[in-house]
Amino acid sequence: MPQRTGKYTIELTQKPSIIGYAAAVGKKEAEGPLGKYFDKAFADEFCGEKTFEKAETHLQKCAIEKAIKKAGLQKSQIDLAFAGDLLNQCIGSSFGMRDLGLNFAGLYGACSTMALSLALGGVMVDSGACNSLVAAASSHFCSAERQYRMPLEYGGQRSPAAQWTVTGAGCAVVSHHRSNAPYVDKVIFGAVRDLGITDPNNMGAAMAPAAAQTIARFLNDTNTKPTDYGMILTGDLGTTGSALLKQLLSIEHKLDISAVHNDCGNMIFDIEKQDVHSGGSGCGCSASVVCSYILERINEGSLNNVLFVGTGALLSPTSSMQKESTPGIAHGVLLKKG
Amino acid sequence: MDNKQYKDLVHVTTPKSPLLKDCIKAFIFGGGICCFGEILKTLYSMTSLNEDEVKLAVSSTLIVITAILTGAGVFDKIAKHAGAGTAVPITGFANSVVSPAVEFSLEGKILGTGAKMFNLAGPVIVYGCSAASLYGLIYWITTL
Repeated sequence: MPQRTGKYTIELTQKPSIIGYAAAVGKKEAEGPLGKYFDKAFADEFCGEKTFEKAETHLQKCAIEKAIKKAGLQKSQIDLAFAGDLLNQCIGSSFGMRDLGLNFAGLYGACSTMALSLALGGVMVDSGACNSLVAAASSHFCSAERQYRMPLEYGGQRSPAAQWTVTGAGCAVVSHHRSNAPYVDKVIFGAVRDLGITDPNNMGAAMAPAAAQTIARFLNDTNTKPTDYGMILTGDLGTTGSALLKQLLSIEHKLDISAVHNDCGNMIFDIEKQDVHSGGSGCGCSASVVCSYILERINEGSLNNVLFVGTGALLSPTSSMQKESTPGIAHGVLLKKG
Repeated sequence: MDNKQYKDLVHVTTPKSPLLKDCIKAFIFGGGICCFGEILKTLYSMTSLNEDEVKLAVSSTLIVITAILTGAGVFDKIAKHAGAGTAVPITGFANSVVSPAVEFSLEGKILGTGAKMFNLAGPVIVYGCSAASLYGLIYWITTL
């Protein structure tokens, strides 16, 4: 049964395992440094579909089906699906579930959705409410751009702090503990934190305070220090947000995570060569990095004790236009080698 | 940390746009478009068109070229470097109409292309016409 450790952290006593994982991405992501770790790459930005929204659904379905297959399970053995995306009313996920026929709990945690789905999935399996479930998230550059920013063909300049929404989806199958498979040791659900950032082109700055808060709370609850971890991995702070996170942790909590910190947004692209300014972002960013490279390295034993902290900027186009500041959220999952 | 302290920290940490480089590029691209316009004007002047018709023909040509480049997915790649150089001349206006028209065609011809076409250009039309009317009114009063 899940047990509370400290004020915010939840320990999963049965150590639910991630018995299958998969990631499907677009062309630009496949050309990035982690290209060889992804299960499927689509050269066509429509993924063979008619719209970008359908393409995103296709990506997520592809990741879910591959993860279930890699776990050696049938769809009928999956008790529940936690999934989310960035599209209005989460249609990227729900429309995919039409075809998959899984029991579905749709989530919205902005770009923190992968950590949120994995944390909830871990708790559900640990509590005995589910035997096996899938945790998934996706984003698509084109569907996100047209919803949040400008039309794709609009000729404008991007700010240096702007990030590139990842076209990708990741899925992890969480099940009862199995030796040799990566497992979820602890989870932490974050609180919304807003330090007044109103620039919709600087999402790293909006999310860094929430990430700092969640990391500090987790370390305090577990009485650990940054160097106890193989990696403290944030979701999509990018270069700007990562620099701010380190400064915030240093100023507010006297913590130095530089030796162990990395960010999925900095890892998925070659920031200079691929011209992505401050790095990658979107639900699919951390989902595709964690459900490929990270879990693969934990699985093979070259990485252990990864505190994955998914970060989300909880804005909408409406809130930005109404000059609201951007609240950030960060949820954490401690992944260990089985 | 309070909002003010964080704002200062973000200001120091966030990379700045290369303003001088952007200005030089905008000058070159914007100037290039204007020179091209002048060339078109000279060419059209050699035809039977009168002066007003020549001005219309130059603007129309630039709009059509922009629309084709936008549809072909080339304009945004040029504009990424040109910045204000392509945004300020009539090319920017044309791109801001064509890009949503292309983008939202999947939502249908009426509520997609038709409704969203002026999403970006709408404010320019509204405030451009308002400013022109105001200027006309002032001009009319001062020349009474």
